[in-house]
Amino acid sequence: MELLDAVLLARIQFAFTITFHIIFPGLSIGLAAYLTVLEGLWLKTGKPVYLATFKYWLKIFSIIFGMGVVSGVVMSYQFGTNWSVFSDKTGPVLGPLMGYEVLSAFFLEAGFLGVMLFGMNKVGKGLHFFATLMVSLGTLMSAFWILSVNSWMQTPAGYEINEAGQFVVANWFDVIFNPSFPYRLAHMTTAAFLSTAFLVGGVGAWHLYKARKQGERNEVARLMFSMAMWMAALVAPVQLVIGDLHGLNTLEHQPAKVAAMEGNYQTQKGAPLYLFGMPNSETETVDYAIKIPKAASFILTHDPDGKLVGLDQFPKDEWPNVPIVFWSFRIMVAIGMGMIAIGLWSLYLRARKKLYDTPLLLRVAIVFAPSGIIATVAGWFVTEVGRQPYTVYGLLKTVDSASPLDAPAVAASLLAFIIVYLIVFGTGVWYTMRLMSKRPSPVIEVDDDSQTTVFLSNRVATTSEGKIKEGDQ
Amino acid sequence: MIDSMGIDYAMIWAGLIAFAVLAYIILDGFDLGIGILFPFIKNKTDQETAMNSVAPIWDGNETWLVLGGGGLFAVFPLAYSVIMPALYMPIILMLLGLIFRGVAFEFHWRTKNSQDWWDRGFFLGSLVATLCQGIALGALVQGITVADRAYAGGWWDWLTPFSITTGIALVVGYVLLGATWLNMKTTDGLQKQSVQFAKIAAWLTLFFIGIISLWMIFIEQQYLHRWFDAPNVYYLMVVPVAVLFCGFKLLYGLHKSREVSPFLYAIALFVLSYIGLLISFYPNLVPPSISIWQAAAPDDSLKFLLVGASALLPIIIGYTSYAYWVFRGKVKANEAYH
Repeated sequence: MELLDAVLLARIQFAFTITFHIIFPGLSIGLAAYLTVLEGLWLKTGKPVYLATFKYWLKIFSIIFGMGVVSGVVMSYQFGTNWSVFSDKTGPVLGPLMGYEVLSAFFLEAGFLGVMLFGMNKVGKGLHFFATLMVSLGTLMSAFWILSVNSWMQTPAGYEINEAGQFVVANWFDVIFNPSFPYRLAHMTTAAFLSTAFLVGGVGAWHLYKARKQGERNEVARLMFSMAMWMAALVAPVQLVIGDLHGLNTLEHQPAKVAAMEGNYQTQKGAPLYLFGMPNSETETVDYAIKIPKAASFILTHDPDGKLVGLDQFPKDEWPNVPIVFWSFRIMVAIGMGMIAIGLWSLYLRARKKLYDTPLLLRVAIVFAPSGIIATVAGWFVTEVGRQPYTVYGLLKTVDSASPLDAPAVAASLLAFIIVYLIVFGTGVWYTMRLMSKRPSPVIEVDDDSQTTVFLSNRVATTSEGKIKEGDQ
Repeated sequence: MIDSMGIDYAMIWAGLIAFAVLAYIILDGFDLGIGILFPFIKNKTDQETAMNSVAPIWDGNETWLVLGGGGLFAVFPLAYSVIMPALYMPIILMLLGLIFRGVAFEFHWRTKNSQDWWDRGFFLGSLVATLCQGIALGALVQGITVADRAYAGGWWDWLTPFSITTGIALVVGYVLLGATWLNMKTTDGLQKQSVQFAKIAAWLTLFFIGIISLWMIFIEQQYLHRWFDAPNVYYLMVVPVAVLFCGFKLLYGLHKSREVSPFLYAIALFVLSYIGLLISFYPNLVPPSISIWQAAAPDDSLKFLLVGASALLPIIIGYTSYAYWVFRGKVKANEAYH
């Protein structure tokens, strides 16, 4: 019993630290790509608005990236401290993938981050752009490797088990490109781009909303908002398709997870889609249900009378926590649908040249600023809670993965992490929001001699910042 | 252990991990040292200059720690899964310290009212992280109890007079690295102050190297035999002689107001102490019972990562050197992007 408690505490600790962590690299992936695009556009067109937007988000990026680094270092040691049996058993398979992540991604990001943040006056424009590009590439490489690791734990392939009980590799290609990896990689990187787009769009909308009231025109805020709405219109629908494919892949490899997502306790033909309800694993029913008949079968089998495997096909002690999976899934999907709707709405308004002047859209976009982050976290809850009780799906149970630790030791470290994370990352998020609330300096578009304008707009930015800093509470 | 081609992959990886850990100790050593010195630097402008002298590179420096930890997981999973629970508390505290130290680089510039708090976090985070690294090293030197592929000791095994001593020694050593770095990278008042710090830290570092070296001999028979049995004793004596030589050159350089050589000789002291440790440990990875070969992952895993490491490490060293090159020369006040 005591061991179980230690395991539960270790699980809570992992869930807590990784939930905080995923927010930061998720945004770093998106923001690094966004900054690369902005700097590239600036180099290509010479328009100062791109540089001003780049500088605005560079500061925010540096805080978010910093928080991602320090919370990530914790993750790399967490496997050993709390999950040492898992580490010993999966090390030969997963260790080298993480090794590749460090070598090909972390060093690349860290090596060029200094030049990207501090080197604008020290290296040429081309080299600086190259540094930004390398940081961005590093974030994507990191996603590649760590999602391969996670996917292998969900859909293990290409392995054997040796006499010491360790997983060892039979085929590296099968390990890396395991069945769920392509879907998870596409789904998560797209989620990172969308999360960033909606954050940028929300900030742009906020400043447009304020500028509107004061009757001024803010080019930087318009650029942020316009680019974000293009992403919503073009990428959010793509995410729906990727998500659907990912779901079908999960149905094939982890049917219990899909059954929990759908609240589908009984194996049945023509399973309904629950829009709302309270899954009750005691009675094995969904209470207070609002449902669309046959829709779940139609979505998952593309046949309204298709047969869906229910949780009754699995031993009850191997069920994931159904309400958490069920609700996280609905939150994620609802946000995704909202994003698609905003994208379509923005297309309509853009065509009527009212994109920047519709207060309702601006307000909705402000509300949606954190939506991508929430959807990302909800999505991870679906996939991580949904694969319980296993760490390596079907092969290694979570209870058999933990370190031989006493509950008080894990409880103490958990408490320490909670306190420190709330202080440090709470403050970090607060500083980030304060940076985002600063009005971007209005830039005057000049076609010729743009250098002077850039120079001037920088000085404007510096002085306005100085003033805000003095008044900062 | 040794494959048909006569290549010992475990040994190669032991060398590479040892290199990564050494790179970490030296690189993050000087910027952690600056964090520890931070409150002792007299005026605010100088404090900020000291912080800016490492701001563009600290993240890259810390990545070597992730390579050390991640690399251990990858190629010596048994060692990783034994060491981490054994050193649970110092490692968790080190991570928490590194969090405060890391975010302080950004947060310092984002607030006026609570700046002092993040500066304290910068100092305490650096101090705690360093102390814990030193304690972890000391605990490893003492040996870790292992039974049935798992840690079998108690929760406070790591806390001993010896490990406390190695913790303090590492603080002093990192301060030496930090102070000699500042002597190289700064001018005027801050440089003068750094030389003062460096002189004190240099004497203390040499003192602790001596104490710990002698103490180690009494901890474990293996260490005594390794160093004092004939014929080892004749050629291993090169190490302490070299330590004395570097110590002398370090103090001489500081006395003569040299800017670069004290930093290099401080690094040399770290390299020599590290070599001394490796000589004592060999062939164990986790003293006293897990050897390099016992801890190693199967050759397939070692080979697979080695391909990547041989291709990528030279590139990493290349662009890391480039980043240092971009920020070469003396740091000026208020030069950052903030």
